[in-house]
Amino acid sequence: MSTTPVLALRGVSKRFGAVQALTDVDLEVHAGEVVALVGDNGAGKSTLVKAIAGVGPADAGELLWQGVPARVGRPHDAQDLGIATVYQDLALCDNLDVVGNLFLGRELKRSGVLDEVEMERRSRELLATLSIRIPSVRIPVASLSGGQRQTVAIARSMLGEPRLVILDEPTAALGVEQTAQVLDLVERLRERGLAVVLISHNMADVKAVADQVAVLRLGRNNGVFDVATTSQEEVIAAITGATDNAVTRRRARSTEPKTEAPQ
Amino acid sequence: MTTDLSRTPGDAPDASSGPTPPATPPPATDPRLLVRSDGLAGYWSDFLRRMRSGELGSVPVVLGLAVIWVVFWLLEPSFLSAQNVSNLSVYIVGTGLIAVGIVFVLLLGEIDLSVGSVSGLAGAVFAVLAVNEGITEWLALLVALLTGALAGAVHGFFFARVGVPAFVVTLAGLLFWNGLMLQVLSSDGTVNLDKDGLVGSMTSHFFTDVAAAYGLALLAVLGYFAAQWSEHRRRVGVGVPARPLSEIAVRTGALALAAFLLAYTLNQYKGLPLALVIFLAVLVVFDFVVRRTTWGRRVFALGGNTEAARRAGINVTAVRISVFSLAGTMAAFGGLLIASRIAAADQGAGSGVLLMEAIAAAVIGGTSLFGGRGTVWSALLGMLVIGSISNGLALLGSPSHLQYMITGGVLLAAVVIDSVSRRTQRSAGRT
Repeated sequence: MSTTPVLALRGVSKRFGAVQALTDVDLEVHAGEVVALVGDNGAGKSTLVKAIAGVGPADAGELLWQGVPARVGRPHDAQDLGIATVYQDLALCDNLDVVGNLFLGRELKRSGVLDEVEMERRSRELLATLSIRIPSVRIPVASLSGGQRQTVAIARSMLGEPRLVILDEPTAALGVEQTAQVLDLVERLRERGLAVVLISHNMADVKAVADQVAVLRLGRNNGVFDVATTSQEEVIAAITGATDNAVTRRRARSTEPKTEAPQ
Repeated sequence: MTTDLSRTPGDAPDASSGPTPPATPPPATDPRLLVRSDGLAGYWSDFLRRMRSGELGSVPVVLGLAVIWVVFWLLEPSFLSAQNVSNLSVYIVGTGLIAVGIVFVLLLGEIDLSVGSVSGLAGAVFAVLAVNEGITEWLALLVALLTGALAGAVHGFFFARVGVPAFVVTLAGLLFWNGLMLQVLSSDGTVNLDKDGLVGSMTSHFFTDVAAAYGLALLAVLGYFAAQWSEHRRRVGVGVPARPLSEIAVRTGALALAAFLLAYTLNQYKGLPLALVIFLAVLVVFDFVVRRTTWGRRVFALGGNTEAARRAGINVTAVRISVFSLAGTMAAFGGLLIASRIAAADQGAGSGVLLMEAIAAAVIGGTSLFGGRGTVWSALLGMLVIGSISNGLALLGSPSHLQYMITGGVLLAAVVIDSVSRRTQRSAGRT
């Protein structure tokens, strides 16, 4: 990881009235890397994502985009840089078909008229390259399963050719098979050389696809761990704030020598 | 859906043995689902599946219309006479144009209660300007339409920018614009229009040449076929599923049958009414706008999920104001045609059942009250139902209270179908 990170945050702080939501938070994401952002409820995950996505800009701190300081004051700024955000509540229109949803807000036109044929062709192409399987691109998204809807929402973010994709709880409220579909898709994003920030509550998901785990606790950094060499207990301890006690120290010492080589 | 069934997930184990060939991307469609065979059989099975899952579309209203026509025809054979069909085709236009605007408001999931008053105001503005003030007719027409657009934009502003519920804003509009109309007409009470003037001739002019009706029917059929054919060619060219040719043939045939039958009937009486031409032109244009323009797509998106539309970068406020402004404009246009039909602007214009009929027409025609689902054609279909009922009962010599009760029943039936189909769609996974 000697290359310049796609996105680097330095000392980001954000305040809501009397609440200091973020204090001096740092974060680095490299191309082709999945960084899981974990933390307890109210740890500041969503606030941090909103700061990156330009929905709620930070009060202080620096955002380096490929090593260059950048300002993200509006959602539009983030999109222009190449940051795509998939929000927890999906933001799909149930009554529109898959093609309509994928191209919502950036419809393709042919002499001023919607080019349905080209949009449909590109949709099928995009879904095929991401190996997303849905019954038909011409049915309303309401008829898709939760996992399929989530994959459509993620595919939608890919249309803008982003460099960084932020996924906010993509597997929350999904079944086992559907979660597997979404995690497969996250891996495919990484294979395509994108940087991915994955917010999750589910340690199994994090273990499965993430390379790094960045832990937030009470609005502060509480460690960045390499997933391959860190036990789940250590991460959870960092989340809950139980990192620094005798038990964890002893366990950390005892597990240190036998680092398993990542396959 | 022409899916390559030879490439199934069952092939996967082979890939692990030996050097893997360059991975061919699996088809974007899951072959287990919604496999539609080619040709008419596939079309029919797809149709049945849609019916079962509650995507009823225009089917209930077309069936209902057929029943209504057969019943009235059996009770009074002159119901389907050339003269009566011609009268009906002129009668539905005024309210039908108002209903077109209502369709757009319903697509947003909102309601506009002011369209009756706005239509009356537009008629009064036109009559006073053109007849009393002696202003050129087309200029007066333009001012009347702009009045409607402005009234609608005011509703839209208070709804979209200030955040007042559309129901309340347009209820206030209903009173306000009606009062303004009374003030505009104050000195005169009733203004008679020139029957042969620009607006007067809109409902009184008929193209008596038989070639006009047949020509328009031919144009519609050829235009429809050409559009379908070129779409088919283009889809096949880039390799996305296309509507089978047999289906295009059946659709074009059905349209041709209906169009030429209507043209023949109209030619038995006075010929092709100008009012009907205006209505059909408006329907074709707005059908295109709603299905093939970015603006139309945005209206649907807002009706489906406003928050999603906002995050997709759609200017929600602007779309909402434009829709209400359009509803006002169409209300004004409809009001002018109603004034044209009775050749006068009077103090009672825009009151009574007009508002209810316009909203009922859109809903009976199949546009959902819950937003996000519907077509412009529902204005035509719904008005045909309402017009047929009132016209048929009038022929039978029934009193008007019976007409109200029956129309009310039909409206309730339409809303029940809308609600039930929405629930069925939900249980079938479709909203």
